Amino acid sequence: MAPALIILLVYLIYPVSETIRLSFFDNYGREFTGVSNYVWALNDSDFRQSILNNFLWLIVVPTTCTFLGLTIATLADRVWWGVFAKTLIFMPMAISFVGASVIWKFVYEYRGAGNDQIGILNAIIVYFGGDPHAWIAIPFWNNFFLMVIMIWIQTGLAMVIFSAALRAIPEETLEAARIDGASEVRIFFYIIIPFLSETIVVIWTTITILVLKVFDIVLAMTNGQWGTEVLANLMFDWMFRGGGDSGRGSTIALFIMLGVIPIMIWNLRRFKMEQER
Amino acid sequence: MKHFSFGKFLAHFFLLIIVFIWVIPTFGLLISSLRDKDQVALTGWWTALKHNEFNEIVRTEKSTVQFKENGVFVISGNLLKNSSSKSVINFGITSKNPKAFKAPSKVTMKNGSTFYLQKDGSYRWTSDKEFKHKKGKRIFLTVNTPPSLTLENYKEVLVFRGLGQSFINSLTVAVPSTIIPLIIGAFAAYALSWMNFYGRDLIFATIVCLLVVPLQMSLIPILTVYNQIGNFFGVSAKSYVGIWLAHTGFGLPLKIFLLRNFIKSLPHEMFEAARVDGASHYQIFMKIILPLSIPAFASIGILQFLWVWNDLLVALVFLDKMPSEIVLTSRLREMLGEFSQNWEILTTSAFVSMIVPLFVFLSLQRYFIRGLVAGSVKG
Repeated sequence: MAPALIILLVYLIYPVSETIRLSFFDNYGREFTGVSNYVWALNDSDFRQSILNNFLWLIVVPTTCTFLGLTIATLADRVWWGVFAKTLIFMPMAISFVGASVIWKFVYEYRGAGNDQIGILNAIIVYFGGDPHAWIAIPFWNNFFLMVIMIWIQTGLAMVIFSAALRAIPEETLEAARIDGASEVRIFFYIIIPFLSETIVVIWTTITILVLKVFDIVLAMTNGQWGTEVLANLMFDWMFRGGGDSGRGSTIALFIMLGVIPIMIWNLRRFKMEQER
Repeated sequence: MKHFSFGKFLAHFFLLIIVFIWVIPTFGLLISSLRDKDQVALTGWWTALKHNEFNEIVRTEKSTVQFKENGVFVISGNLLKNSSSKSVINFGITSKNPKAFKAPSKVTMKNGSTFYLQKDGSYRWTSDKEFKHKKGKRIFLTVNTPPSLTLENYKEVLVFRGLGQSFINSLTVAVPSTIIPLIIGAFAAYALSWMNFYGRDLIFATIVCLLVVPLQMSLIPILTVYNQIGNFFGVSAKSYVGIWLAHTGFGLPLKIFLLRNFIKSLPHEMFEAARVDGASHYQIFMKIILPLSIPAFASIGILQFLWVWNDLLVALVFLDKMPSEIVLTSRLREMLGEFSQNWEILTTSAFVSMIVPLFVFLSLQRYFIRGLVAGSVKG
């Protein structure tokens, strides 16, 4: 017990308080500068861009993963090769974000019009008569091309959790509904979805936490260029830019922290309920 | 019944499309890593299994190799370097018209000499006068190249691009970073589930909170501490010990949380019986808990191992970029800048970094999924 407590103290509890303290200090963490780092952040265009992009990620990625995960889990339950299909869709979970970035950078690879396209996305578009594009350099929309990578990885997680939850639905309930003449679609929306509501929340929060911290993908694909900056990458940048600015870096980290606080409170409430049971 | 079977068909159809979309990117990577590097740069990987036409510029032999045969001077050789799988379709002797002739054919050069090229690339160049050229004559070829898969790229990245060393570095980081938190976490989890002491619930509540704390919150203070320790002892602030402990710290809350839930789910009576028989906590832990927890250890260990192996951020902050310390993910990220157009290097390197996770995933899939499911169902 003791070593665990010491490590938690040194690596998590002390740093959290230290980061909060540093956010009120200058770049070397020596002089108290009040809220000037926060003022800087709110006026910095990169920071604003990051906040907007993080919001975009937070809306799109968990939603899409949950939707796709549930769809795939439901479909895979109905076909004989479902287990095989799930294995293939789950596989990206094992791949690093950097590895996945290489995979997708290759998919998005762009060659000038008229050349043979070696990226499959542009090749398909050219095949159907369209023009090739440098996808990751198109402002705003490139965010979505980066999100695709995260969705590609995380849908597998949503899928296996839904699969486990679907199996927990009592067979009698479904049977009864079928005998009463309910269509598969009705069963899905009126029985399965309510049954899964808690699972949906769990998946949502898990992916949300992950998305708040998205870093590797952005660093590897664009390093925040072309309007794709996110908080975690901006923070990393400030940690080392010009010898490192611990004040600004800490301030940005705190904004990431701000995003997980609601989830933290929700987790604590659930933990309390469990204790009282 | 007809309606039902139509639904079934749709299920097959949509699932097939989704699986296809999911697999294609990785498949493309794998194929590209096995292709010849010139082909990777010129044509899409989906053409890897059919014949492709490439333009090549080659030179004939120098005049020093000529010999005299029946009163004429002859130079002969093979423009395709005797590679038996390729064949010449067209050729030309000027850059203006590089596809002027169809192989095999006989061409008369400006100086009156005769050049005869066959499909397999072998040529015979004859002249009444002695050849005097110093450099070989340029010949423009259109070559039909069969699909060829090669392991050349793997040799290139592993040996010459330092990926072999990075692979070992990754292992050096990942193995201790998996084992240490598992052991520490197991003891803590046992204490939290079966020992009564003051503040136990508070500690566990803290751990529940720490579960979701972004590790970005820890980076700057810990780096500062490492730098101070490094300065004080005159050693580098970036070391393997440093990153092992960092990964332990960041992974510990989840390990404790999961193991505590698992240990708590074991039958109550067993511990009471052991206590009545006079077993100490340590004995209970070693003789009862550990053997029963092997599957849970496996799941959680795999989860942590893959997490550490795939991590980029912690490695970038706490490890040096010199060859003896740089891990696979970090090296791969460097290569994305260094070799941004050398897709044969990038795809191969990416695949090398994926081999271990994919192997772990495919062989221990059940444990991996169990760990992930347990890990996400927090609270």
